[in-house]
Amino acid sequence: MSVGRGRASASRDVLLGMRFAFAGGRDGWTRTVLTAVGVGIGVALLLLAAAVPGALQARQERTAARSDLRLGEQIPAAADTMLVAQADTLFRHTPVHGRLLHPEGPRAPIPPGLTAVPRPGEVVVSPALRELLDSPDGRLFAPRLDGARVTGTIRQEGLSGPGELAFYRGVDALPADEVTRLRTFGDSPSSEGLGTVLTILVVIIIVVLLLPIAVFLAAAVRFGSESRDRRMAALRLIGADRRMTRLMAAGETMAGACLGLVVGGVLFLVGRQVAPMVSLWDISVYASDVRPSLPLVAVIVLAVPAMSVAVSVIALRGVAIEPLGVTRRATPPRRRLWWRLVLPGIGLALLVPLVGGLPETMGGVVQYQVAAGAVLLLIGAVTVLPWVIELVVRPLGGGPVGWQLAVRRLQLDSAMSARLVNGIAVAVAGAIALQMLFAAAQKESTVQTRQDPSRAQAQIRTHDPASAGLIAVRLRATPGVTRATETLVGGVSAEPHAGAAGQDPVFALLQVGDCAALAEYAALGSCAGGDVFIARATPVDPAAQEAIRPGATVTVGEGGPRWKVPGDARQVPARKDPSGVYQDVILATPGAIDARAMPRLIANTFVSVDPGDPDAMERVRNVVAQLDPVGTVATLAASETVGRFDGIRRGLYVGVMVTLLLIGASMLVGTVEQLRDRRRLLAMLVAVGTRRSALSWSVLWQTFIPVMIGIVLAVVFGLGLGVALLRMVSVPVSIDWAAVAISAGIGAAVVLLVTASSLPTLWRLTRPEGLRME
Amino acid sequence: MTGQPLLEADGLHKAFGPTKALDGASIAIRAGEIVAIMGPSGSGKSTLLHCLAGIVRPDSGHVRYQGAEISALSDGERSALRRTQFGFVFQFGQLVPELTCLENIALPLRMEGVRRREAEARAAEWLDRLDLADVGRKRPGEVSGGQGQRVAVARALVTRPRAVFADEPTGALDSLNGERVMRLLTEAARETGAAVVLVTHEARVAGYSDREIVVRDGRTRDIAREMEGAL
Amino acid sequence: MSIGQTFLGLLESGPRHGYDLKKTYDDRFGHARPLHYGQVYATLSRLLKDGLVELDGVEPGEGPERKRYAVTSAGVSDVELWLASAEKPEPYLQNTLYTKVILALLTGRSAADLLDVQRAEHLRLMRELTRRKAGGDLADNLVCDHALFHLDADLRWLELTAARLDDLRRQVRA
Repeated sequence: MSVGRGRASASRDVLLGMRFAFAGGRDGWTRTVLTAVGVGIGVALLLLAAAVPGALQARQERTAARSDLRLGEQIPAAADTMLVAQADTLFRHTPVHGRLLHPEGPRAPIPPGLTAVPRPGEVVVSPALRELLDSPDGRLFAPRLDGARVTGTIRQEGLSGPGELAFYRGVDALPADEVTRLRTFGDSPSSEGLGTVLTILVVIIIVVLLLPIAVFLAAAVRFGSESRDRRMAALRLIGADRRMTRLMAAGETMAGACLGLVVGGVLFLVGRQVAPMVSLWDISVYASDVRPSLPLVAVIVLAVPAMSVAVSVIALRGVAIEPLGVTRRATPPRRRLWWRLVLPGIGLALLVPLVGGLPETMGGVVQYQVAAGAVLLLIGAVTVLPWVIELVVRPLGGGPVGWQLAVRRLQLDSAMSARLVNGIAVAVAGAIALQMLFAAAQKESTVQTRQDPSRAQAQIRTHDPASAGLIAVRLRATPGVTRATETLVGGVSAEPHAGAAGQDPVFALLQVGDCAALAEYAALGSCAGGDVFIARATPVDPAAQEAIRPGATVTVGEGGPRWKVPGDARQVPARKDPSGVYQDVILATPGAIDARAMPRLIANTFVSVDPGDPDAMERVRNVVAQLDPVGTVATLAASETVGRFDGIRRGLYVGVMVTLLLIGASMLVGTVEQLRDRRRLLAMLVAVGTRRSALSWSVLWQTFIPVMIGIVLAVVFGLGLGVALLRMVSVPVSIDWAAVAISAGIGAAVVLLVTASSLPTLWRLTRPEGLRME
Repeated sequence: MTGQPLLEADGLHKAFGPTKALDGASIAIRAGEIVAIMGPSGSGKSTLLHCLAGIVRPDSGHVRYQGAEISALSDGERSALRRTQFGFVFQFGQLVPELTCLENIALPLRMEGVRRREAEARAAEWLDRLDLADVGRKRPGEVSGGQGQRVAVARALVTRPRAVFADEPTGALDSLNGERVMRLLTEAARETGAAVVLVTHEARVAGYSDREIVVRDGRTRDIAREMEGAL
Repeated sequence: MSIGQTFLGLLESGPRHGYDLKKTYDDRFGHARPLHYGQVYATLSRLLKDGLVELDGVEPGEGPERKRYAVTSAGVSDVELWLASAEKPEPYLQNTLYTKVILALLTGRSAADLLDVQRAEHLRLMRELTRRKAGGDLADNLVCDHALFHLDADLRWLELTAARLDDLRRQVRA
């Protein structure tokens, strides 16, 4: 046979195989559809993963373009400048991007996403905020816009995502202290890249989520391969040779995989439209942001069919398709350990040199080294698993009938189970490693704030002299507020004692308020209008003790009026205020000083709210925004965590869950397929009186044993990788047993789910009528 | 022979969709006797066997085992009956491929809760009895068809059932192996006092029975009795 | 069955008396129909005349039963020739069963009934033969099998014919 003819006949065989994919009757269709859906889900996830960097990039570009931070010299007011003040707030727990705009001339810059600068009394809002304002919750937010009329909507280019709450409000004046003057938006220095730890995290996350998808894809293209093999045997009988069956199998798989690509593309496009409706951790993305880069799409489109063909051809090596039927190799080649250890070994070898600690800046090589090391170590879990399963299963025996059936089945062919469990092993191992890294990072980035939320739940600072002294009064009248104490804060400076030359002046805070408000800063003892106290923090600062004492004269503010501390001012021990500040402070009741004369006045208010009223804090924010739009409301908490890890952690759990569900689905397909293959035997066993429960147990054990082995292995590899990563970022090693338990629990849940879902099929197949289908 | 029959079916009707498998079939089987059910393919032989064994519920009619109505039992009770009182030999494919032959024989005992060691010891006795001594540790895929059927016979008899149901037990075997299976089955049944209900379309296999019942178009005929009556 | 060739074959293992030959023959092949003595000696004298056997010796005394016969080399070739040549298959064309079936057809009676009745009768004999096999030696087994297979063949033919005729009748009626 000439080469040319050989090639022609080869392509004919492949085409014939593709025809089989669609013309194989109901069973053939089912198989093709299963493969296509499985591959489709995998492809959609791959496309999504490929689109994530682009989506984040697009988001970052837009936020950079609207940035109004400006460092460096002030620029003078001109016809092309804009005054911008931050009016960021929170609604419930969602951050709101708010800006007050005051153009200083006709050519003032317009923020991206707006067509015109809103005039005073007008506000332009994001679609999400408009939706919020139109909802019943709207009245809880509307007061913050100070009655401004909504005149427009911010377009996509001015928002980080479709779910973002944002507004630009026009005002006719802004306090000079709290504004930035801009000639253009988006003129700020670019934000710094991810740090070392975060880079590793991102690399590993991608590995952890993509590897199981690859494993799943490999399993999906083998859906229904057993019945296909039987059909191939029939073709062998009428004269097809081994090569032809292989080509036909390849063609059939390729057809399923190509259909899967289409399904995946459609799923991705549909999912993309759904994307804007989902908002995770205050991050939402536009459908048009979810756009995988072309080279990655090309790789997926080429690699998935290629891989599917490779998988089905490799799978055929272990099977002899003879004219009279399919025989698995009677004695499967004994699994050798050494090559299975090569990959994780190389991975370990790559990671170990980095264990001493990573360089501050991640060079490209080091990044690849970490990624490759982690990937190889995780793949190690995949390669070692079949060997371990065989090792564990071989000596098993005894036990009840269901157990015996399951164990014997696994002893005869554990490869299929191993294949399915692989994905679980990788996902769980990766998840454990990452959780360890996150837990450590979280611990490192959790700060004890020294704040005392039991005394007050929020601290409000306003700069507007007009409202000074009114904040607490208005807040006390607000429903849900249980307590509000306001002080007017200013600084004083005093000449050092005896006016000794060469010594710096001594500074102290001056707080003016009623007795209740002052009591937050010191143990006052008795207090009445007109009293003045000097609160002393320990250890005592001798210089301050000398300079600031009863009868001393101090300067209020920078070059402000001079004020004589009354001679009867009492010296009292200072007290930590609810925000955790503990220092020397002069406390004065309004009768003792005219606070309004103080320059650069700040009003500081501590607020307590009814913990049972979830809207109370929103009302507080409304009151503050109305009194001073640039005033800040900070909630007090005993500790503060750098929140971004929470997001990544939750994201990881979601990813792992999705992955495990996928694998669960493919295990279900495998189990059901196996049951269908054995329907005659099952019907027969029930006919002779076997309890269905025994058969159910055997299905459970058959899934449970390999999955548990997989999870144990995953825990070992996951902890190993986790320890390596922690050492790499020089964080003390601690094992997150909760994460281990959660991961193992999820795995067990998958087993139960798979078993429970396959029981209806089992029961249907074991009806005695099954005996008639001979 | 008089007295209550071991197993008795009366006026059985059973249809699968539009196809009538049984259309008024009746049969009585006495303890320890070997009865052949004969008839052309599709006549309803197997369905009659399935009804007698409580595998399939007839649409109407009665099946009584030791005087008790089988159709009235729940699925679980009928399963237990099959497990403890009956044995089964089918044409092929009844052995669990991943268990060894010995384990296959022991399976019904294990399902009854007999401990593994004891179950396999009792199964091993049957191996010897059916000339299977050297196949105990092999899996069904590794033994010949005749050996596999003898394993099935052993499995059917290991619980010492009152009745063995055999549906074309030699259908997949050559004459020599078929004969061997039949001889071992009938001898063992006679020794243990089990009745045998033997579905076959082969007269030579039916030759091992005590009498035959013919099924035609879903109805039964006991020719021997009719002839006795005619004389 | 050819008694002459059978005797020659039996004599190949050594010379025998006529009485021995009859007994062995009856045991192995006679079953229901033992040979008459006349038949035995008529056959032996024919073989003697044709030179296929010879007298091996005569015991003192009277009567034909005193003679011992041995096979000659011509006799051995004759057995070989007989074994090597094919038997003409019996055509079974004219037997009673066939006649009955045709008659049933002609008179519009059910062929299936005929089959059922005949099967019951056949099976009665087959059961007997099966039982005999269980107790007998190899030769017994072989002979019973021979009969069983023939009976089986009868029934199969009847079954096929009955099915065909019933089909035919149905077609004619339709």
